[in-house]
Amino acid sequence: MRLPARRRTVLPGFGLALGFTVTYLCLLVLLPLGGLALRSRGMSAAAFIEAVTSDRALAAIGLSLGAAAAAAAVNAVFGLLVAWVLVRYRFPGRRLVDACVDLPFALPTSVAGIALTAVYAPAGWLGKQLAPLGVQIAFTRLGVIVALTFIGLPFVVRAVQPVLEDLDPEFEDAAASLGASRLQTFRHVLLPSIAPALLTGTTLAFARALGEYGSVVFISGNLPFKTEVVTLLIVARLEQFDYAGATAIATTMLAVSFLALLTINLLQAWSRRRGVLA
Amino acid sequence: MTAATDRRTEPAAVRWTLTAAALAFLLCFLFVPLAAVFVQAFADGVRQYWLAVVEPTALAALRLTALAALVAVPLNTLFGVAAAWALARFEFPGRGLLLTLIDLPFAISPVVAGLVFVLMFGAQGLLGAWLSAHGIRVIFAVPGILLATLFVTVPFVARELIPVMQEQGSEEEQAALALGASGWQMFRRVTLPNIRWALLYGVVLLNARAIGEFGAVSIVSGHIRGQTNTAPLHVEILYNEYNFAAAFAVASVLALMALATLAAKSILGRQTTTESTEGAEDIPAQGRES
Repeated sequence: MRLPARRRTVLPGFGLALGFTVTYLCLLVLLPLGGLALRSRGMSAAAFIEAVTSDRALAAIGLSLGAAAAAAAVNAVFGLLVAWVLVRYRFPGRRLVDACVDLPFALPTSVAGIALTAVYAPAGWLGKQLAPLGVQIAFTRLGVIVALTFIGLPFVVRAVQPVLEDLDPEFEDAAASLGASRLQTFRHVLLPSIAPALLTGTTLAFARALGEYGSVVFISGNLPFKTEVVTLLIVARLEQFDYAGATAIATTMLAVSFLALLTINLLQAWSRRRGVLA
Repeated sequence: MTAATDRRTEPAAVRWTLTAAALAFLLCFLFVPLAAVFVQAFADGVRQYWLAVVEPTALAALRLTALAALVAVPLNTLFGVAAAWALARFEFPGRGLLLTLIDLPFAISPVVAGLVFVLMFGAQGLLGAWLSAHGIRVIFAVPGILLATLFVTVPFVARELIPVMQEQGSEEEQAALALGASGWQMFRRVTLPNIRWALLYGVVLLNARAIGEFGAVSIVSGHIRGQTNTAPLHVEILYNEYNFAAAFAVASVLALMALATLAAKSILGRQTTTESTEGAEDIPAQGRES
């Protein structure tokens, strides 16, 4: 099977590069993940289901899914807005703002976690403003959403930005010359072209939020049944030396992660096809 | 200004409102928290700040973080270059699967990443009995921290290099070989100069994640002060002890590194875009340089 590929090219080093890549991935990634699969297969189905469907686990899984979806939705709207403003408008400090969008990628999550907690605690800079309105963010479910919004922020912006930059202005010209208002142009011309990128970015933000730990652990307060996300529950199970329970929940999460990865790949294939058509 | 160009952008009031809304969002979620790190760090004065940073366990944590980065950066850079060479230059069955596998650590929760190493090397793990019989500690020790850091940073360099190398194509490399260059000469003189900015970009991101990883490292570390505590974990310990000023002081050191990462990223990002738009005239440009 490999021979035809090799005949087409004179480039050296295929065997060495591929061999190294596959060995490295197997040792560092596949082998440990295989251990996880082996471990969860060692459990009886009843014990597995019991660990995943206990009231506390269901509450944690529900909160993780709900908060990750809410944060991804916030990021879809505001990420699109930020990308739009950065690409289309000129204002002082635009370059600086553009560079800072990646802060959640660069900042250690524990630093983000304590910073967000300090700002949104009832006595914090922003928490103080919200307290008279009866809104408490830190140590509630809202706090979980705030932390997950922070860590997912760059995904939508960075997915949409290049697409907006590459859009051919002729389409907008055509729409305008046919009498479309800006809102109509946005709705019928721009939005369909950026939809795949927007969806990809939102799915990435959702997937990242689902597995997030560091930034949530400080702001959530970690109350079982109330503000305990699924990653916190895994850590709690590990600290009680309940390895089977931790493994069962982690395996379930892994399955969701795979599903998200698959969705992202399909979305990207879709957006590439869109790109060819446009 | 015709009616058509007027319709291509929004009225000034709309532009202004949208910009204000976007900046307000970024203010609440990015800039205010970032400012809070530095303000809280100096809450007890400059002297206390300095004492918190040079405190022995804080320095030990920063050293361990540096060690993790020093191990992860070269190994995963080497991996990234090898993977990009195999995947961007050759077609073979299973190529798509391999691409997905490289991305896998990004899709996995850091907590799960830490857990898989505990299940493998921990006291109750698959290799646990064998390891303890030979007196080797991986979990709750430095090797576990290095493994977890390596795991979460696998994809960075490969992901940056593969699209760039695919776009550039292999004509220049084939020309070098036809002119009698050895494989190593071709790699050093043609491939490496062509990918240098993308490579550096990937290394910067890899380094930032190696320094900042929290979830995976937290699970395998055991939080032994001065021994298995990395800087992000040290921040957590200080915070949970209500030693807020010290926690934010160490956090501010990490935040400064993050800001340096952003600066490097923004400069390198501009370099990579000029590199790929220059694509068409790449060969004469190379000629001028040498």
